[in-house]
Amino acid sequence: MLGEGILKGLAETAKNFAGSFVSKERMTTVEYPEERLPLPEASRNFPFLVYDGSDWQAGLRCVACQICEKECPPKCIYIEKSKDKKPDYVGKLQIYPTKFDIDISVCMSCQICVEVCPFEAIKMNNEFELATDNRFGGLLLDRKELAKSNEYYHQIHPTEAAEVDARLAAEKAKAEAKAKAAADAAAAKAAGAPAPATPTPVAKPNEGERKS
Amino acid sequence: MIDRLDQIFVLLKHWVVGYLPGEWQAAAGVVVSVVVIIGLYPALFALTTVLERKGVGRIQNRLGPNRVGPYGILQPMADGIKSLTKEDIVPRSADAVVHFLAPIVLVVTVFMGFAVLPMGRNMVLVDMDAGLLFYFAMGASTELSVFMAGWSSRNKYSLLGAMRAVAQMISYEVALLLSSVVVVMATGSLSLVKIVEAQNHYTWGLPHWYIFTPWGLAGFLMYAIAATAETNRSPFDLPEGESELVAGYHTEYSGFKFALFFLGEYVAMFSISGLGSTLFLGGWSAPLAFLTWVPSWIWFFGKLLVSMCVFIWLRGTLPRLRQDQLMNFAWKFVLPMCLLNLFVVALWRFMGDGWLRWLVCSALLVLAYVGIGWEGMSRKRLGARSYRYAD
Repeated sequence: MLGEGILKGLAETAKNFAGSFVSKERMTTVEYPEERLPLPEASRNFPFLVYDGSDWQAGLRCVACQICEKECPPKCIYIEKSKDKKPDYVGKLQIYPTKFDIDISVCMSCQICVEVCPFEAIKMNNEFELATDNRFGGLLLDRKELAKSNEYYHQIHPTEAAEVDARLAAEKAKAEAKAKAAADAAAAKAAGAPAPATPTPVAKPNEGERKS
Repeated sequence: MIDRLDQIFVLLKHWVVGYLPGEWQAAAGVVVSVVVIIGLYPALFALTTVLERKGVGRIQNRLGPNRVGPYGILQPMADGIKSLTKEDIVPRSADAVVHFLAPIVLVVTVFMGFAVLPMGRNMVLVDMDAGLLFYFAMGASTELSVFMAGWSSRNKYSLLGAMRAVAQMISYEVALLLSSVVVVMATGSLSLVKIVEAQNHYTWGLPHWYIFTPWGLAGFLMYAIAATAETNRSPFDLPEGESELVAGYHTEYSGFKFALFFLGEYVAMFSISGLGSTLFLGGWSAPLAFLTWVPSWIWFFGKLLVSMCVFIWLRGTLPRLRQDQLMNFAWKFVLPMCLLNLFVVALWRFMGDGWLRWLVCSALLVLAYVGIGWEGMSRKRLGARSYRYAD
């Protein structure tokens, strides 16, 4: 009959109205700043730079290769290379960024910088409370603000971070084995033909291999 | 003592006016009443916005606003301050004069309706013989302001919203009038004060409200439908359907002018609820004979708030109608039912007392309801939804 559905609907909403006062489970929202829901692991917002160890400047994985700067669709990354070098995680000397700025008012959270980075140096953060009263400076993050420890990365994206760590460890082991083999060969050579021992250049880790 | 409390506002008014010289007293009395009405209903409006936001929130299993003040009851203050301090933007191509006048016309015409509403025993601003007629004349002029707003904004959304609003309000104006005419036929008076007095009798402790008669119930339902449509409330809120029209006729209004539209809409709801309770729910009379000692104005405002809660409940429940459904409903269901109701109330009047008129009138109305409903529903072919794509 006409109007039956309306009565049914009114009963349903009345039930919701009364129920919301008695059962906490019904409530679909939480009172945000005081209570918050855990973020899903796959959540992402803006990029950050990963560093190993405790000193962010020494441990920064970024080698200022500028691939992300070139690939960034909205061009929100600005990098300045250093003149000197510092050792990276395998001990090889690399240049590092003296300036690494991301303008998060421009960033569109596409994650392309993360995809292209060969050094696992830039990852996506899930921090979203970035409101600031400084429109320009406050949203332009420099490398100190961007640097986050590897432990923090483990905290926000555990699965992904574990994979990255395994990959880096494998790579390091491979590089060490290669260096050892080279050193052994050099030592054998030196033993075979007594000549002044020259320092063997450390084998360059093959990036193509790691990706496969 | 109880009588004093019942007449407290009347006595207060006389006390205030008593300080003035005799020849000014009549005019001052009117001014005092007007000021009270203009102060009271916006206060109720503020209360209702909180009730609505919290009520609809609860219906959707949310908490609703709860930050400003304890349990969020100071939210309307925050809203008011916000709308007062906002920039008032007038589009460059808008008709500035009409654009400025539209919200004022709305608020003025909406408040004019309260002039004839009896809000308690002896609490009526103007006891007009043709009070109902005056009320509907004022209610109909709100359409003018809606169209002024839509037209002067020079915006497609505003104009479309205004067109929809005018089409809807004119369609339902007919139903609103016809559903109220039954009360006039039964009472024999257009004066709202007389209409309330006619309902203020009790048999076995039960009131003689018109809603407790078959034609009264039918008339009240039709009145409620038409009133909801007339005030552009959900499910008839097509004129401001935000999914299609941004905000309808008040798209180009900001700041305090927008607040005035908002206020006008809610005050119109109060006034139409007040008229509805006057016509069908006995106005300020108590629902049971032994409760007549409670001051009359408490009953009037209680009925008003209950109607507002029903409005909010409906808003939280029903989805918005489509334009053709809206028009079909008005002209093919509400209007025939109203016309039949006119016949039924005449029958009621001339069949005299007795159980027979109850039976005949109820049977007629129920049959018509089921029949028209069945007829309307049978046309509706429900099935799997089909989509048509552009070739």
